[in-house]
Amino acid sequence: MLCDICKQNVATVHLTQMVEGKTKKVDLCEACSKEKGVDDPTGFSLADLLLGLGAAQEMAQAAAGSDLKCPACGFTQADFKKTGRLGCADCYTTFAEGLEGLLKSMHKGTKHVGKVPQPLQQHKDYQEKLNRLQKQLEKAIGDEDFEQAALLRDEIKQTREKFDNLTTG
Amino acid sequence: MKNIKEFLAAPAQSCKREGPHDRIVMSSRVRLARNLKDFPFPGWAKKPDRVKALEAIRPAVESLPQMSGAFSESMDNLSAMDKQILVERHLISREHAAKGVGSGLVLNKEESLCVMINEEDHLRMQALRPGLQLRSAWLAIDQVDTILEKRLDYAFSNNLGYLTACPTNIGTGIRVSAMLHLPALVLSEQINQIIQAVNKLGLAVRGLYGEGTEALGNVFQVSNQMTLGEAETDIVERLNKVLTQLIEHEENARGSLLEKKPKMVFNHIGRAYGILANAHSISSKETMNLLSLMRLGIDLGMLPGVERSLVDELFILTQPAHLQQQLSEKLSAEERDLLRADMLRERLRNVSRPVTPPRSEGSKSDKSSAS
Repeated sequence: MLCDICKQNVATVHLTQMVEGKTKKVDLCEACSKEKGVDDPTGFSLADLLLGLGAAQEMAQAAAGSDLKCPACGFTQADFKKTGRLGCADCYTTFAEGLEGLLKSMHKGTKHVGKVPQPLQQHKDYQEKLNRLQKQLEKAIGDEDFEQAALLRDEIKQTREKFDNLTTG
Repeated sequence: MKNIKEFLAAPAQSCKREGPHDRIVMSSRVRLARNLKDFPFPGWAKKPDRVKALEAIRPAVESLPQMSGAFSESMDNLSAMDKQILVERHLISREHAAKGVGSGLVLNKEESLCVMINEEDHLRMQALRPGLQLRSAWLAIDQVDTILEKRLDYAFSNNLGYLTACPTNIGTGIRVSAMLHLPALVLSEQINQIIQAVNKLGLAVRGLYGEGTEALGNVFQVSNQMTLGEAETDIVERLNKVLTQLIEHEENARGSLLEKKPKMVFNHIGRAYGILANAHSISSKETMNLLSLMRLGIDLGMLPGVERSLVDELFILTQPAHLQQQLSEKLSAEERDLLRADMLRERLRNVSRPVTPPRSEGSKSDKSSAS
């Protein structure tokens, strides 16, 4: 087994730690473990090591395999392996498959929770409202409540127009 | 455009800013990473794209109401010295200091809001507060972001949230952090244990200048590591809880050191004062470690009449770029050590030597029982 840092010497120091219930593993050679201050009593760099390098295995996996290339920016998997950064927003779609494991190992979840940009939130709200009204309309038609159906049809039309004005205006 | 040196408040002023728990929590910070949808990330973008992104972002940031009277400059117009000063003030990252054409900086008058343009991401915006004020910092930066999202087209995915250059920041793009002064946990050799425990909660502990840096002057940075799958406010609250516990641990460590090993504590602080007030050559690293002990001395009531802000000011003024800026010719490291020692002797001339605190609680007493 080779050292995770220099990738040259044989790893003799093996570190394992539980972080948020996930096991992080790092294998280092003598020299790199000294340099990274693993035996240093104030060895706080261990966190960076574990969270950075612990993801190295996943990182390697994410970067291995087919030689995908992002159609939007020309970034390749080899570039990702070299820099650990992505080229553009579209890369997340291009490399989605490989990134999945990496994100899982790094983060609490794989689905975003929290703030959503307001313009997008409005779009989401609009979609949800539209879906709700459509369902009500179908039900009204099914119940042969045509008066209610007409009202709903008007509301759907208004909602659509309001949203179109909002996005184009 | 104003000169950055004239724009920044003198350290004597900026160190007077007070906040809750500032005897242990030196500052709080919340940073958001954002990118534009239609541009490659800065690290991969060619120069024309970086310049175009900067030209799109800069006016949007400058016209924020929060940024009226702000300092705004592109990084290639700042000298290496200016950039280093900004790093020493913790206003920009080391990485940003290395940027030139196509990167920019917008900093508000109060130095409490700072937007780095084209650092690792198109936008790295941060709110800074003295003491423990994570919630207030989050609210401030959230407001800035809410205005900017109407003016800029962010890269956002419903599943992955805000898309960032590095997968470690994806999701909320938030980094909540605080700088803590923990001398007693270091002196009592508990710090390693504490760091491990904090790490286990998925939080990172780092040195004074962030990633990969040493904990000089017993100053540690604690921050969240995970950004995807947890809402901003939950992250803020979680950190708040951990920091409150760390404050308690440090206070307890101070109490028990004074009780069990008072001589050891007095010895460290007395020696620190002795060297700082009398040395003729001193490195920046030694200075920070000794100033940390003096700061502890002030907290323990051993330096009556001395304000904590004096030590915090010296913390900044003795950094290499701040020392260098007063002079025209470039100094060598050895020359800086002489200059630093001269300044410290001068500034500490009227500070009397530490007194051992009265046997009571030992903390904030103003009584100078010198004899």
